[in-house]
Amino acid sequence: MSATTGLRPAPPGGTGVATRARRGGTWRAGRRVSVRVEGRALGVCVALAAAVVVVAVVSLTTGDYPLSVSEVARTLVGQGAPAQEFIVRGLRLPRVVTGLLVGAALGIAGAVFQLVTRNPLGSPDIIGFTTGAVTGALVVLLVLGGGSTDAALGAVAGGFVNAVVVYLLAARGGASGYRLILVGIGMTAVLGAVNSYLLTRADLPEAQSAQVWITGSLNGRGWDQAAPVGLGLAVLLPVLLASSRSLTLLDLGDDAARGLGVGVDRVRLTVLAAAVALTALAALAAGPVAFVALAAPQVARRLTGAVGSGLVAAGLTGSLLLLVSDLAAQRLFAPTQLPVGVMTGAVGGLYLAYLLAGQWRRGRG
Amino acid sequence: MSLSIPHRRRSAPPARGPQPAGGNRLRGEDLTLAYDDRTIAEGLALDVPDGSFTVIVGPNACGKSTLLRAMARMLTPRQGRVLLDGQEIHGLPSKEVARRLGLLPQSATAPDGITVADLVARGRFPHQGLLRQWTPQDERAVDAALASTRVEDLADRSVDELSGGQRQRVWIAMALAQETPILLLDEPTTFLDIAHQIEVLDLCAQLHEEQGRTLVAVLHDLNHACRYATHLVALKDGAVAAQGVPSEVVTADLVEHVFGLPCVVIADPETGTPLVVPRARRRSPGAVPATPAP
Repeated sequence: MSATTGLRPAPPGGTGVATRARRGGTWRAGRRVSVRVEGRALGVCVALAAAVVVVAVVSLTTGDYPLSVSEVARTLVGQGAPAQEFIVRGLRLPRVVTGLLVGAALGIAGAVFQLVTRNPLGSPDIIGFTTGAVTGALVVLLVLGGGSTDAALGAVAGGFVNAVVVYLLAARGGASGYRLILVGIGMTAVLGAVNSYLLTRADLPEAQSAQVWITGSLNGRGWDQAAPVGLGLAVLLPVLLASSRSLTLLDLGDDAARGLGVGVDRVRLTVLAAAVALTALAALAAGPVAFVALAAPQVARRLTGAVGSGLVAAGLTGSLLLLVSDLAAQRLFAPTQLPVGVMTGAVGGLYLAYLLAGQWRRGRG
Repeated sequence: MSLSIPHRRRSAPPARGPQPAGGNRLRGEDLTLAYDDRTIAEGLALDVPDGSFTVIVGPNACGKSTLLRAMARMLTPRQGRVLLDGQEIHGLPSKEVARRLGLLPQSATAPDGITVADLVARGRFPHQGLLRQWTPQDERAVDAALASTRVEDLADRSVDELSGGQRQRVWIAMALAQETPILLLDEPTTFLDIAHQIEVLDLCAQLHEEQGRTLVAVLHDLNHACRYATHLVALKDGAVAAQGVPSEVVTADLVEHVFGLPCVVIADPETGTPLVVPRARRRSPGAVPATPAP
């Protein structure tokens, strides 16, 4: 680029350069409303939603008692045999809906965390929410002798306490991305040690059942587990979507975002609180399912190719990831049912390795 | 002087609010600035003349970037206040401030894969709302910003692919799209080679002259400051050591006092502005006029 001098005078009106060069288009209604729409992102979201429906239907038909699609459809509208009623509406549907909602909650929460920390590693898994939830659950299961319902509450409490501790420790000087991640990794290490200690001092059967719980599972999940997550999404998703424009600007850096009129600290606190609540509700329903929150937003981002918050795409990807993983976990070694966390952990672990390798290459390149 | 690029003041008409008599639009009064427990400045005052190209200079850690951040509402002063149009800046809504005062921070990072047009369009955020995301005014402002920084041809390129000089022009374009009458720039020439430094500063001077914007920049290079500033502020240890027109305030004594650098000040052969030439140190290697041994 040569350092030529002299400016071309700007044309009096817009030349349309900006509109042509920007990705996506503008949807207008009247003179007041103009909303930016990215065609590819929209298409990807529609495709993801379709895939979620397909996988959900497949999940409803497969199992030890196979059903055809038409049988499932009849049962869903209340015209199936009593046995089919029980299997579809009593067992499989609540499980699928729970998986769908938990996946969405984790995907959205992960997207928020990654946007705020400006780092793909800034997911609730890495910065210690999940480990905190496990610690809370283990304390309830092994120290206080509670059941699995109590364990879920313990997990939420543990996750929240750890999130607040991490935030406060990182907050000096404005809770920037790297500080959150580094403090989170530190807390994860400490709590991981606590978790191992709690497991080693427990009896074998206790430790075994605790281990299943802390892996995250959709086995035997019913409407009671699905309802809180659904409610949480209904309340928190609009809050997050309303902040998503400000949230998107955070990736310019705190000062640049402030310069554009974003109330950086307020936005960050609002969306983090919402994301922590979503993660907690997901843990409450299915236990700490690993890596969905890490992988879903990254996969969604690569699919849409968009530079934006991508919350909806991340949520749909999370749903799809969890439903597919759960289907595989149920059928791969049938009749043995694996906890879904094993599948997401395996898939997500590979993905994390890939991501780290990419960052390492970029860091050196 | 003809205004080839009409500057729309839709967001901040001159009639807005009664201005205090004789007061400038952006002023800092009795500022105590500190990070955690480290105090950077006490009782600091800065009055930015309207329509000026004000440049703040000073040695490392003298508090110049801190002062700029306080003036841009990035940092809350421990004491004192920053006034924008006579109102305390920290009491104003963020978007309201962002429609009158733009900032190009040192630390800005471009998101991976974002295009030039999309990045510059982000400068329109303070003028937009949830249901008003891209209006014809937005388009005009972004087009004008792309044109006056000469990055139109790069509009659909990814920011990652650009050279340092191009990228800095894109960031300036983003700040211009914000259409603020006051623009603050924190070391806009850092990390650029000499040709691109001059290019960026020429651009700043042009924006100042042709669009009538008030510019405030922190610069490292004293000679650049002398050449481009219409109002120079020299900081030392968190206090204003001197301020005014460069040709009146920049003297060898001042440079020695502020930077601790023995020098001579001559007239720049190109512009006539002060040119600071450091004195040669006797023992420096490569010094040509060696003193004869006794």
